[in-house]
Amino acid sequence: MAKLALRDIRKTYHAEEIIKGVSLDIEDGEFVVFVGPSGCGKSTLLRMIAGLEEISAGDLLIDGARMNDVEPAKRGLAMVFQSYALYPHMNVYQNMEFGLKLAGMPEAERRRKITEVATTLQLDAYLKHKPGQLSGGQRQRVAIGRAIVRNPKVFLFDEPLSNLDAALRGQMRVELATLHRRLGATTIYVTHDQIEAMTMADKIVVLQKGVVEQVGSPLELYHHPRNLFVARFIGSPPMNFLSVRIVGSGPDGLTVETSQGARIDVPVLAESAVAGSDLTLGVRPEHIVIDAQGTVPGTIRLVERLGALTLLHVALEDGSVLIVQTDGDHGGQVDAPVRLTLLSENCHLFDAKGMALTKLMRHRLAG
Amino acid sequence: MTGSKRKFARIAIGTIGWVVALWIFFPILWMVLTGFKSEMDAISTPPHLFFTPTLESYHEVFAQADYWHFTFNTVLMSVFATGGALALAVPAAYAMAFYPTRRTRTTLLWMLSTRMLPPVGVLVPVYLIARSTHLLDTTLGLGIINLLTNLPIIVWMLYTFFKEVPVPILEAGRMDGASRWQEITVVLLPLALPGIASTALLSLILCWNEAFWALNLTSSRAAPLAAFIASFSSPEGLFFGKLSAASTLAVAPILLFGWFSQKQLVRGLTFGAVK
Ligand SMILES: Nc1ncnc2c1ncn2[C@@H]1O[C@H](COP(=O)(O)OP(=O)(O)O)[C@@H](O)[C@H]1O
Ligand SMILES: [Mg+2]
Repeated sequence: MAKLALRDIRKTYHAEEIIKGVSLDIEDGEFVVFVGPSGCGKSTLLRMIAGLEEISAGDLLIDGARMNDVEPAKRGLAMVFQSYALYPHMNVYQNMEFGLKLAGMPEAERRRKITEVATTLQLDAYLKHKPGQLSGGQRQRVAIGRAIVRNPKVFLFDEPLSNLDAALRGQMRVELATLHRRLGATTIYVTHDQIEAMTMADKIVVLQKGVVEQVGSPLELYHHPRNLFVARFIGSPPMNFLSVRIVGSGPDGLTVETSQGARIDVPVLAESAVAGSDLTLGVRPEHIVIDAQGTVPGTIRLVERLGALTLLHVALEDGSVLIVQTDGDHGGQVDAPVRLTLLSENCHLFDAKGMALTKLMRHRLAG
Repeated sequence: MTGSKRKFARIAIGTIGWVVALWIFFPILWMVLTGFKSEMDAISTPPHLFFTPTLESYHEVFAQADYWHFTFNTVLMSVFATGGALALAVPAAYAMAFYPTRRTRTTLLWMLSTRMLPPVGVLVPVYLIARSTHLLDTTLGLGIINLLTNLPIIVWMLYTFFKEVPVPILEAGRMDGASRWQEITVVLLPLALPGIASTALLSLILCWNEAFWALNLTSSRAAPLAAFIASFSSPEGLFFGKLSAASTLAVAPILLFGWFSQKQLVRGLTFGAVK
């Protein structure tokens, strides 16, 4: 069990800064997910925590002790690699035993631990198999088992599910979450997949180009994105965006107008807003309703039926397309005209720099 | 039909393969055959394809020179040179493969370029160095020169094989608490074993067949099989039967060794060692 603290961590490769000052606190037992587009520096950050990559500047503290110059194995961490990185010349048992052996654990204890972990991971039948004889999912389990037997204070995962097919990925997601609940160990999990982040994390860290864009619980990020990048990145299908102009402000928020003249009252802090200035309005697909009295007219261009729900792609008069989420039985047809209502309390406004205006009300579950 | 086309292509490729193989193998075959001919048969033109095999030449070869002495020298020298070269090349190739700098590629090329120098160009200095260090006509001396001349190729080959080892596996070893030494010996070397085996075999063959330094730096005590063969091409005239018998004896051990380990060699030479 461990707490981690990152203090202005930086990484420079050949005079190019890849990680640009990350500060972060990770609580004991927390499941933290680093998420961001590929190339944003997630792996680099994780590898610096692991000790596989030197920290160019800043401090890494584990339980208050500075770990920058401590060897990987002495940091009390275990890592699961994207490619599993099993030792191909050792069987499953030996793969799990390797670290324990190096740590000087007596044979009997090793055997007991490995057997126990292999049983929980349903690997007991494969202990004599080499990694090459196992399926992707089984290799994944061995990699996880190899991490668990060492009883680490912190688990590190680098995109562990990205080599699995969709069905197996969903199953492993559940298994990992269950495992985390049972072991209660601090976990840092890297992924580019926002669904993995949303479903597993206690805390999500959104990274872009080596900078932390936002840290928060999944629903906090979902309902209160700090900027356009997070708003765009979190949520699937993604948030819709419209250009709007401020036409009025008051204690209840701002009144904005779309290019077609539809007015929306958005409950945000109006402090610095200047009438006439341009903003970006963001609204999620489930916060748009098809409504005969709606103020925004459009035409259905595409109907995606997912069974439980239907996604309508609605083109507005200015050519922009909004994705609208309706129930699975919605009878919408391509080329049919519709009118939309944007649920104003769920709308987001972003200023010219892409920063979100503070909402007057916090979402009930956003913490 | 594509089926018969493919069949034709297979037969054609097979035929070409056999022709090339026979082409390469023919000199060896001819040498072996000549070794079993009488000296008269050996020099007759046109050559006799059918002849009465005789062990005459072999008897004379064994009577004239101590075959086992030369073989022992060769084995000792080759094993020493190969072992020594591997011991130096493994750390070098490890550093270059896993901790490359901007100059690694250039260094590799530069190392290989030393092989482009004709050995005779450095004969005098090497001879003088060997003489003043009392390494003339010693297995150690010949071993050292073979070790050094083969080192660039061995580093290069190991580098190529190490490059194929996925880095995360080594990192997993580090996370598991392996020291640098353990990372190399317990994780890396077993993974690169097929490649190392073929590198070692190649080095053994190169040492075994090396003649220039063998003839120039040894005379009797440390003379390897190359000198054994040369001793049968005497100025009094060539005796092809004896020469062929001696050559056959000289290449037989390494040929058999290579034959038995050919699987490794083919795997290594096609650079598909680690999957
Ligand atoms: N060893 C390295 N040398 C130079 N640049 C690197 C190195 N490792 C990573 N990078 C760069 O750092 C950036 C972040 O990489 P990475 O952490 O792997 O991203 P992510 O895991 O988020 O996809 C990338 O632009 C990558 O090119
Ligand atoms: Mg990555």
